[in-house]
Amino acid sequence: MARTPRQVGEEVWKTRVEKVNAELVTLTYGSVVAQLCKDFGNDYIQVNEQLDKMGYNIGIRLIEDFLARANTSRCRTFKDTAEIISKVGFKIFLNITPTVGNWSQDNKQFSLIFDENPLADFVELPDDGKAVNELWYSNILCGVLRGALEMVQTQVEAQFISDVLRGHETTEMRVTLIRILEDEMPVGDD
Amino acid sequence: MLQNRSSYPAQQSAVAPSLASSSEKSIPTSLTPSSLRTVTTPRKVTIYDRNLNRRAPELSLAAFAFLFNEVVQYSQKNVKGIQEMEIKLSEYGYHVGQRVLELTVVREIKSGKRETRVLGLLQFINTGIWKSVFGKPADALEKSKDQEDEYMIIDNDPIVNKYISVPREMSQLNCAAFQAGIVEAVLDGCQFPARVTAHSVPTDLFPLKTVFLVKLDPVVVERERYMR
Repeated sequence: MARTPRQVGEEVWKTRVEKVNAELVTLTYGSVVAQLCKDFGNDYIQVNEQLDKMGYNIGIRLIEDFLARANTSRCRTFKDTAEIISKVGFKIFLNITPTVGNWSQDNKQFSLIFDENPLADFVELPDDGKAVNELWYSNILCGVLRGALEMVQTQVEAQFISDVLRGHETTEMRVTLIRILEDEMPVGDD
Repeated sequence: MLQNRSSYPAQQSAVAPSLASSSEKSIPTSLTPSSLRTVTTPRKVTIYDRNLNRRAPELSLAAFAFLFNEVVQYSQKNVKGIQEMEIKLSEYGYHVGQRVLELTVVREIKSGKRETRVLGLLQFINTGIWKSVFGKPADALEKSKDQEDEYMIIDNDPIVNKYISVPREMSQLNCAAFQAGIVEAVLDGCQFPARVTAHSVPTDLFPLKTVFLVKLDPVVVERERYMR
């Protein structure tokens, strides 16, 4: 019986996930980023924001898919959430398991360290001096996490703090818990 | 070449004084004959050194579907009509197709020869490209009877359309324009300029059946005729 998040992730990946060629996803994402850069005239800050927004839209729907496939129990603490995200969530969709680390003192911040990033295969940032300092290539993942967690009553902020494409040693995303959202009744319901 | 990194001899050869100012790596140089093979330029690991074959060649279909959904939604914002939207999607596909061609040629074609005849190339697309990118060979390849320069590739269930639902007022739109863009890029890359468009021909058995109409440039038709 699958118990640890890692085992759950492996099992779901092997049985309940339809597969597609990884390069199709990689190249599609590449063409999205390239198109965005062209549309915004190489204003990489805006591109980052747009990628985050797109990720948010993906995330709010991705969480349904995730819950349907993974069928895990409710997370009791933020640490559980982090484990599930890294071992099950990323495994199911991107077949990677980033490591969770660098917990802050109050257990409200953690880092996801990616040793491989399928979205950034074959990618080199443009050589115009700006991209290397401003563009977070995989920023869509931050939006996805933000959107998905918001749908399960957890408001977080996610951003990359280092990226191999920019020349750093690792690709690291910092996730911060802002607050747990309370369920709000729609206006007009008694 | 990467093994030389472990030792950084103190002396610098006269060959590379200007490179001494480069940031992180010191220059592995040596003047002894046995190490004449040493690289004398600073060697950063670029993406060209990485292995072409990924460790895990597959991702979930959901990842592609979500991403493609976002592509479609984003394209909808800036375009005014269905034609423009198909062109935009085709452009995304073109970008992908250029790279898919390179990858597939490197991996699939063991003989190293590239196709020079139209039929051979279309069959390569049908089996090679379709199989590596979409997981299954395309379902049929047909030549148009009336027009000499038109061919049709038929796919009963294009995966890009699997999770897209088109509203009735836009029923002319077929998001397989993305796939058509991939095919167009492959054809252009093989020096067979063409225009490829996607048309849906739903049947009872295959409601998503799509025909990719390949209209070759007159240049290609001339060349085919000459080679025959």
